Amino acid sequence: MIEIKKLNKSYVIGKNSLHVLKGIEVSIKKGELVAIMGSSGSGKSTLLNIIGMLDNYDSGSYHLDNVPIKDLDETKAAKYRNQFLGFIFQSFNLINYKTAIENIALPLYYQGISRDERQKIAFEYLEKVGLGDWSEHLPSELSGGQKQRIAIARALASQPKVLLADEPTGALDSTTSEEVMALIKKINKEGKTILVVTHEHEIANMCNRIITLKDGVIVTDIQTS
Amino acid sequence: MLFNKDSWKEIFDTIKKNKLRTFLSGFTVAIGILIFIILFGLGNGLENSFKTFFTDDKVNTIRLYPSSTTIPYRGYESQRRIKFTNSDLVDFQEKFNSRIEDIVVRNTFYFQMKYKERANNYSIRAVSPGHQEAELTIIMKGRYLNEGDITNRKKHAVIGRLVAEDLFQDEDPIGKYIFGSGHSWKVIGVFQDEGGDREERNLYVPYTSMQKIQKNNDEINQMIVIYDKNMSYNESLILEKDLESYIKEKKFISPDDNRGVYISNTGEEQENSRQFASVLSIIISFIGIGTLVAGIIGISNIMVFVVKERTKEIGIRKAIGATPNSIIAMVLQESIFITMISGYLGLVVALIILNGIGDNLMDKYFISNPYIQTSNAVWATIILIFFGALAGYLPARKAAKIKPIIALRDK
Repeated sequence: MIEIKKLNKSYVIGKNSLHVLKGIEVSIKKGELVAIMGSSGSGKSTLLNIIGMLDNYDSGSYHLDNVPIKDLDETKAAKYRNQFLGFIFQSFNLINYKTAIENIALPLYYQGISRDERQKIAFEYLEKVGLGDWSEHLPSELSGGQKQRIAIARALASQPKVLLADEPTGALDSTTSEEVMALIKKINKEGKTILVVTHEHEIANMCNRIITLKDGVIVTDIQTS
Repeated sequence: MLFNKDSWKEIFDTIKKNKLRTFLSGFTVAIGILIFIILFGLGNGLENSFKTFFTDDKVNTIRLYPSSTTIPYRGYESQRRIKFTNSDLVDFQEKFNSRIEDIVVRNTFYFQMKYKERANNYSIRAVSPGHQEAELTIIMKGRYLNEGDITNRKKHAVIGRLVAEDLFQDEDPIGKYIFGSGHSWKVIGVFQDEGGDREERNLYVPYTSMQKIQKNNDEINQMIVIYDKNMSYNESLILEKDLESYIKEKKFISPDDNRGVYISNTGEEQENSRQFASVLSIIISFIGIGTLVAGIIGISNIMVFVVKERTKEIGIRKAIGATPNSIIAMVLQESIFITMISGYLGLVVALIILNGIGDNLMDKYFISNPYIQTSNAVWATIILIFFGALAGYLPARKAAKIKPIIALRDK
């Protein structure tokens, strides 16, 4: 599903160049649940951003479902993101003036799906994350765990090939974190490929595979189960 | 995208759910248009009053007076007294027929008029009927002099309101005879004049009758040329020049002689008034443009603020698949929709207020019938909407270009 070879990425800050990713090689198959670990500055967020087409890379190659991803313009990147990827963020990133169901329906709007159809699909995913009764609530009326579940439903609604979660439990207490991870595992069992960036070992241990980064290189890559 | 029903639904949704933002940008545009139209309208009202006071109904005249030459010319010595006669009048009229309405005679005398035992000295103007138009004489009773009075050299008199009060007191003067300069004059009319008391102490008599009394001469002391109201100031200056050279040639006056004939053009006063009016309208335009610029700055500020506020939302939308163009279209459609609706509201309310003012401010503020040309009002609205859209477009384009990851970090 994801093929990354000799991936390099540097940030130029003034006259200095900061080499963040140094020749990353990674291959992720369909249906895997992968944790990417590392301390801050290890390059794990940069890697996720590149996989998520939110950032460019300097050299190497990256294929997503056999499609080469390189130097995309913003319009094309937007299209690919919409087709291939679902994002789950630490801070949920729901649109605060839209209700739960409208937030979930938004990616479908950008896919050009009709309003009625959007409503129907969005409601299916709302039920799937167990919030069927909360469809007309605004994000401000929901708990952190509920918001993250809405965000997961939104990420799933466009039927992406890969789900990218950036510290999905970072803003949640431990009980809620477990619930959210249980949901993520359930979605994975249904066949979805999922990448989770985290610095918590408990969260990483719930995944099938743990890739650890340090100073821009992969130091360990282990299967847990 | 622009005519996509679904994207409009999305816009309406956003508008409905962001009432403060909608209100702020809508209010700015509505108020901008409202103030622009009202100020501009009031300015036009002021201009209206000015025109009624200073320029309306004024007759444009050129006055011609013969005098003495100062330069010898074609065998004539200097100090020769120039005379106008009845035949000159006919010549002038024929020569300038196409450019003038009339040439009027005014010979002024000063003598005593008497009715019964009451008598007083008045200035007597021996005129032709066209003089009524030149002087804007208003008949209160009876009639003015007519062509018949001129041809038949009738001893008729039209007397001023104050003359009638002096000589007749409560009596009706029409048909009565007054006595002056050794003759009796039949009063055929009483007039008033906006020029004031002095003017109303005059009497008008046929110039031919006075010529007959004055040893049957045919002299004319002053001619008043009435020219077309629509003639521009420059055209009237040309007419003045042409009259001067024609008269000088006819009367053998040196072209270099500053005397011989005096010519004065009332168009000059008109021109001064006109210049004042144009300064006034320049000031009004400045006020209008100033208000509009203030409105443009206002809506621009709000649009920049609105896009800034939405940076994170734009990042989210991009992360889940919004293209840069769809982001720009979203911001633009929303801003244009709001500014159009509120611009229209401001326009309608302002026009209602202007209509309501009408002539109510005339007495205190000299503003009569304030108005604005529909095209000006519509253009102002369009300009405001355009700049509102532009002010939204620039930051929206910038926001649409930002990588979603950066927009998302923005808290």
